[in-house]
Amino acid sequence: MSSEPVFCQRFEISGKDFINAGKASIRIKAILREIGIQPALIRRAAIACYEAEMNVVLYARKGAMELRVTPREIRIQVEDEGDGIPDVELAMQPGYSTASDEIREMGFGAGMGLPNIKNNADTFQIHSVVGRGTALEVAIGLQHG
Amino acid sequence: MKLEAVREILNCRVIAGGDKLDQEIEVGCGADLMSDVLAFIKPNALLLTGLTNVQSVRTANVAEVKAIVYVRGKFPDKDVVALAQEEGIVLLATNLPLYESCGRLYARGLPGGSERAEGLSDVKRAGLLSTL
Repeated sequence: MSSEPVFCQRFEISGKDFINAGKASIRIKAILREIGIQPALIRRAAIACYEAEMNVVLYARKGAMELRVTPREIRIQVEDEGDGIPDVELAMQPGYSTASDEIREMGFGAGMGLPNIKNNADTFQIHSVVGRGTALEVAIGLQHG
Repeated sequence: MKLEAVREILNCRVIAGGDKLDQEIEVGCGADLMSDVLAFIKPNALLLTGLTNVQSVRTANVAEVKAIVYVRGKFPDKDVVALAQEEGIVLLATNLPLYESCGRLYARGLPGGSERAEGLSDVKRAGLLSTL
């Protein structure tokens, strides 16, 4: 029963909407704070969300991010409709990036997005289909005293 | 180091959060790519960057950065300033380039994130600085 979500919310993300990029993650951060999650875990979740949200905005047509909080964990699922990633292993390599100059001018394309998401998560799964899109899911465990 | 000291050392203009300059920051981080910031920055940090768009403030929020110094004489747009005010993030601007801004703060005792992570003692750090 402990895996029943105590909170669940879905956020739509529009590709190329640079003005609003990151808003969903900031909202998620506020929600986690309201729930009373430990600050260090909130920071990890917020970084993972923000990188994933930016990936949708920068590279996909549209997507959605879903936050689920259970007594056990914070779970974040992000799905997008886009070009997909031809070589996920390569994309996971720190520093590897296919970003355009436009994306770099926005301050992104460091090749640290996916590695940052993985480093802040306890579990990380990614699945991508070229020409269709990418889905990723991360979980951050909640410690109990 | 207090933000007021940062303002003085880098001869900054205060863009937002002038009432929060008594806040203490623990580490500094200089980068123009936000994912690099998210990968390496520690909480309660000062971010020095040449990136003045809205993502600099959102990145600061996400990574618990207390203040941003915009370097090389760059200045953010009104909407960026408004967002920082809303989120309580201090914005400063200096004419100095990134390297010199970081160097001046480091020489005056503001450590980097890796030193904080390694728990480098003040004594060791002073030794390191004396070799510069």
